[in-house]
Amino acid sequence: MKRLTLKLLAASSLVIAMAGSASAHRAWLLPSTFTLSGDAQWVTVDAAISNDLFFPNHHAIDPASITVTAPDGSHVAIAHAAEGEIRSMFDVRMDQQGTYRISTAGAPSYFAGWMENGERKRWRGTLETLRAEGIDKKPGVEVSQAQRSVETFVTLGAPSTEVFSPTGTGLEFQPVTHPNDVFTGEPVSFRLLLDGAPASGLDVTILPGNDRYRDTPGELSVKTDADGVFTFTPELPGPYWLTTGSEGETTVDGMAMKVRTSYTATFEALPL
Amino acid sequence: MRALFSLAGMALLSGPALADSMEIEIGIPQLNVAEYHRPYIAAWIARPDHTVAANLAVWYQQEKRGADEGETWLKDLRQWWRRAGRDLQMPVDGVSGPTQAPGLQTLRIPGDSLAIQALTPGDYVLTVEAVREVGGREMVQIPFHWPSDGQADLTVSGETELGTVALKLIPEN
Repeated sequence: MKRLTLKLLAASSLVIAMAGSASAHRAWLLPSTFTLSGDAQWVTVDAAISNDLFFPNHHAIDPASITVTAPDGSHVAIAHAAEGEIRSMFDVRMDQQGTYRISTAGAPSYFAGWMENGERKRWRGTLETLRAEGIDKKPGVEVSQAQRSVETFVTLGAPSTEVFSPTGTGLEFQPVTHPNDVFTGEPVSFRLLLDGAPASGLDVTILPGNDRYRDTPGELSVKTDADGVFTFTPELPGPYWLTTGSEGETTVDGMAMKVRTSYTATFEALPL
Repeated sequence: MRALFSLAGMALLSGPALADSMEIEIGIPQLNVAEYHRPYIAAWIARPDHTVAANLAVWYQQEKRGADEGETWLKDLRQWWRRAGRDLQMPVDGVSGPTQAPGLQTLRIPGDSLAIQALTPGDYVLTVEAVREVGGREMVQIPFHWPSDGQADLTVSGETELGTVALKLIPEN
């Protein structure tokens, strides 16, 4: 029985690892332009999970998972969405001045693992289906929660900050430096919140794009301070990908479970 | 012209003294390229901390068949856009203008202009940025002290999208 439990644990953490972004596969949203001028503009966005940045080579992100938030907080429907095998695309029309958030942030996913007739079972779904399908009642079931946000920010006119209003759930991005105001050679500070409180002591990885044309990844590794702030200086101009994650324990509806939260964002550094 | 004189007269009567003035020459190079479009150019006076003391000029395609398509590319003047443009409501009176042909363009900034009146004594940087559709982008800077204190004419040479940029500080008398 003890061996069984260990196996179960291993199985469930494998599922979580696959669900999170800890593996080599990187999820990203790449807008055609990050900073725009004029009264109204379109951007087109690529959405993919790949090994290389920002080259689709693994899996598409479902455009149905995308939420676009306008500077005034309203939600904007995406247009011309198409899901390919290794990349999705969609367009966003911007007609408000300020910063838009394009995000896959949504309700957390639940993972369960248990043994049934000597077979290892895995399950993924929502809290509702977990209850409805009686997964939570399976003997020896291990349930865990995963919450993943993949985001990018695009600004028409002057950057604004309304779209960064925290919801108090999961890992959330807060600008110290505005993500659409990043220039090479200048220190950049961003802040992360975990469930509404400063996310201190998190390891953050920052990678420049175009890795196909370099022998070294050029990875920057930084840690958030007590205020959840991390600082780095981009040397290369171009698009960047940042990711971080947090693991802990939580109780949902009286069920104790492991929780894994990840946050990923794309931004660009312009040359001075 | 008469209106200008009376404006200057009012300035005299209402307080601000006539100050030194400026003359700025911006060289736009003749380029031998397959597809040429006149560059977008912005000129502004920055404080040492990069904040904008005065917007002098932004030359861009202001209208195309009634649409404001030209404003789409203003962000490509990326330092100007960051420091000034994105906070302005375009067009700006006395600052916005059409794109200019290759050659030497002269900007005269009179002593009673809003730009000059905004300058308190101190150190500044004249910044000129140019970007060309299907071409390159270049920015040049000339640090100077205000008021003129009899400084010689200051020049800097661009290498790709700008020719010689010259700043002449002209004492009041």
